[in-house]
Amino acid sequence: MNLYARRKLINTFNMTASVLTTLVGLMFLGWILIVLITKGIGAINWTIFTEMTPPPGSAGGLANALIGSLMITLAAVAIGTPIGIMAGTYLAEYGKQSVFAEVVRTINDILLSAPSIIIGVFVYTLMVAPMGHFSGWAGAVALAIIVIPVVLRTTENMLSLVPTQMREAAAALGAPRWMVIMSVVYKAAIAGMVTGVVLAIARITGETAPLLFTALNNQFWSTDMNGAMANLPVVIFQFAMSPYDDWRELAWAAALLITTLVLGMNILARSLLRGHKA
Amino acid sequence: MSTMAAPQGGNVSFNMAAAVTKKTGSTDHALTDKVDGVRHVSNGKLILRDVNFYYGKFKGLQDINVSFPERQVTAMIGPSGCGKSTLLRTLNRIYDLYPGQRAEGEIMMDGQNLLDHAMDVNQLRAKIGMVFQKPTPFPMSIYDNISFGVKLYENLSKSDMNDRVEWALRKGAIWDEVKDKLGQAGTALSGGQQQRLCIARSIAVKPEVILFDEPTSALDPISTLKIEELIHELKSEFTVVIVTHNMQQAARVSDYTAFMYLGKMVEYDHTNVIFTKPDKKETEDYITGRFG
Repeated sequence: MNLYARRKLINTFNMTASVLTTLVGLMFLGWILIVLITKGIGAINWTIFTEMTPPPGSAGGLANALIGSLMITLAAVAIGTPIGIMAGTYLAEYGKQSVFAEVVRTINDILLSAPSIIIGVFVYTLMVAPMGHFSGWAGAVALAIIVIPVVLRTTENMLSLVPTQMREAAAALGAPRWMVIMSVVYKAAIAGMVTGVVLAIARITGETAPLLFTALNNQFWSTDMNGAMANLPVVIFQFAMSPYDDWRELAWAAALLITTLVLGMNILARSLLRGHKA
Repeated sequence: MSTMAAPQGGNVSFNMAAAVTKKTGSTDHALTDKVDGVRHVSNGKLILRDVNFYYGKFKGLQDINVSFPERQVTAMIGPSGCGKSTLLRTLNRIYDLYPGQRAEGEIMMDGQNLLDHAMDVNQLRAKIGMVFQKPTPFPMSIYDNISFGVKLYENLSKSDMNDRVEWALRKGAIWDEVKDKLGQAGTALSGGQQQRLCIARSIAVKPEVILFDEPTSALDPISTLKIEELIHELKSEFTVVIVTHNMQQAARVSDYTAFMYLGKMVEYDHTNVIFTKPDKKETEDYITGRFG
């Protein structure tokens, strides 16, 4: 066998192997989606959006969990995004090579991969225990701690992509530093920064552990962030483990809802970035 | 002129009598003697005295003594790394953005030392505009690109701002091409148009000096020609300093030329003198293409 034929053979082998492994990975994703859709689609109907989570044996929906998730997520983003953006701006624009910035960057990387249950316990100790009760705010703070490192990292990366000449050009017109950043650099990086926020939302939508220790759950309609609040992940956790068929049915519906949301947000993030490049 | 009345320090001395006698010549106006390769002009808008520049420990400029004349085009030429861009970047203190870079000495403009720590760099940069090698339109509309700098220091009414934007775009020789699409993104223009937009943006804040850092090296020949014509027109109102790699360009657009080498000002004189009968061997070697 000559050298060329040998290379062709190795090429064919490598190609087949990589395609097969890709398929294996995709298969599990497809499997999850197919099971979710087949089991969940039957449970999706209007009452899910209008009725509360029921006691076992009676009909109900997920309305309280949906509003709870929505409020906690919004509050978490409202708390976490400004901190993440400001810290990311510091790293990219001011601190660049300082020792302090390097320390912040390392800690952020650790936070980025910190087990979310630890964050849940941390906020439990910090807020739930002293206050004496579970609350939506505690849930929002726990999720915000997950939002911060994601937004921080994407903000820093996106700002670093803005060419230095852009900053120099703005400074050369006599613009002070803060104005260069606010009016020029942010404008150039906005699509990427919004993508970071969307990805952070997608990340916290399915987080269960931090909420178990903070917002917990609530059977009733509640928009009071100072009390325990229903939310989709904890509802899935409790209902899926229950022995009741109708609860498990609702858990499937909730799982399908969350997955669709996360998928939708990822697609949104991708299209935002693509629009930015064009 | 009065700003030049002070002695230059070192072995350089100012000779007013020489300036007056030479003023009668058609191109030799307002000149003093040429000392150590550097011709001293009496109508200096920017007067540099013993300017040294450091990138950390590395010395990028060594004892630069030179004056850039008012409402004239001065070109700076020299091989890569000779310090010509560094010198340009000291003039509006844009190097201030980077810790570790610093300049020493004096750069006098209208009786003020630009290198003084008390100097407000933002005010200074509003007076000394800069155009960069790569066009740098901001990610906003053509109109907003122009008004951005104006808004920093002036509070104009809507109609005054419209007039200012039109004025600047006309001065930048790009009005006819963009007048119907002022709301469109500045980044959507062609490279040559973007560069003229950037020039118009600098003009809009009504600076006294405009610095060009290799403004055409990223452009096609036709755009280059347009920008060169533009630079030539600008000198009726502005003092222009341009860094270029292209010697033909220096010869075409400038009245004075500075040749720099290894961080030093080797020779400075009228452009036609530099390109026809330079004093220094290094200058001659460079312009005849023997090195660089």
